[in-house]
Amino acid sequence: MSTAATPVPHYTTTGLDSRKIAIWAFIGSECMLFISLISTYLIYKGRSVVGPFPHEKWTDPATGHVLNPILNIPVTSMSTFVLLMSSLFMVLALAAVQNKGRPLPPNAGWWTRKLASSKLWLFMTALAGSTFLGFQAYEFTSFVHEGLTIKTNLFGSSFFTLTGFHGAHVTAGVLWLLSLLGIDQRRGLGPKDALIVDICALYWHFVDVVWIAIFTLVYLIR
Amino acid sequence: MDSPADSHATPDSAEATAHAPHAEVHAHPTWDTYWKVALILTLITVGEVWAYYVPSFVASRAFVPTLLTMSAMKFAIVVMFYMHLKYDHKLFRALFTGPLLIAATTLVALLFLFGHLTVLRH
Repeated sequence: MSTAATPVPHYTTTGLDSRKIAIWAFIGSECMLFISLISTYLIYKGRSVVGPFPHEKWTDPATGHVLNPILNIPVTSMSTFVLLMSSLFMVLALAAVQNKGRPLPPNAGWWTRKLASSKLWLFMTALAGSTFLGFQAYEFTSFVHEGLTIKTNLFGSSFFTLTGFHGAHVTAGVLWLLSLLGIDQRRGLGPKDALIVDICALYWHFVDVVWIAIFTLVYLIR
Repeated sequence: MDSPADSHATPDSAEATAHAPHAEVHAHPTWDTYWKVALILTLITVGEVWAYYVPSFVASRAFVPTLLTMSAMKFAIVVMFYMHLKYDHKLFRALFTGPLLIAATTLVALLFLFGHLTVLRH
């Protein structure tokens, strides 16, 4: 007789699942990583010798070209909004997985049925994450066209390192979400899988809160 | 609105979220809470961007503290309601806030060390 299909909880002496403890410990260590990158950005802020600069115009003494402030706040505000909405989609996906299999009320409307669809919300979260990455690719490309690369100045080095690391985390999150969506398509995710979705959700929300800090410290504070 | 996704976690799902019977178990928020949280986060973000485009406010001493406060509010709201830290076991809170406080203290110390705290003082 096989017991492979029976999920085995990883309880510890604390009464908590070791996987959930592990993801919180991982998130704590990630806090340290991102704060070290943010520290580097803030320490280097305003110390670039040559432009382009984030918030000020700069005239290239060699060519006489005037370079505008390089940060595009409207575009980044849109991408920030998209990432914030992705967190809402993620909690809806988790709630849908946790409540899978419960009978819908007889008068359940269109929205109630949609709320119960884990596939829809996992897809929406991955889509929002991919949209954020599209905004970031657009931003990086336009910066390079305007003359800012990772080697141009201290701002370029610290900016691309910080936001690049964050983008890599978003990419990992999107791949994780797509793998969950694939599992959901193949065999369906139910209440017994809620923990694996919860762990992915915690990672995703963490990526979101890191961006909340980056958006203010890098983009808005001059 | 009452729907499956609105409802509190069932005993099954509570178990699936990996809490043994003797651990602290709290129901997660509902859709009614989630959409309000999303609305508050959006409004705070709109406020931040609006502040960025008001030259008199940018020039004032209140600009940086206001933005930092709004950002901290967004951070705390996501952590408490979307990451469910408000409802979860206190060990998770310690695992998150411990490293966060150590790192934040290091950040402030580094800014002092490099004489760069002015970046946060407009």
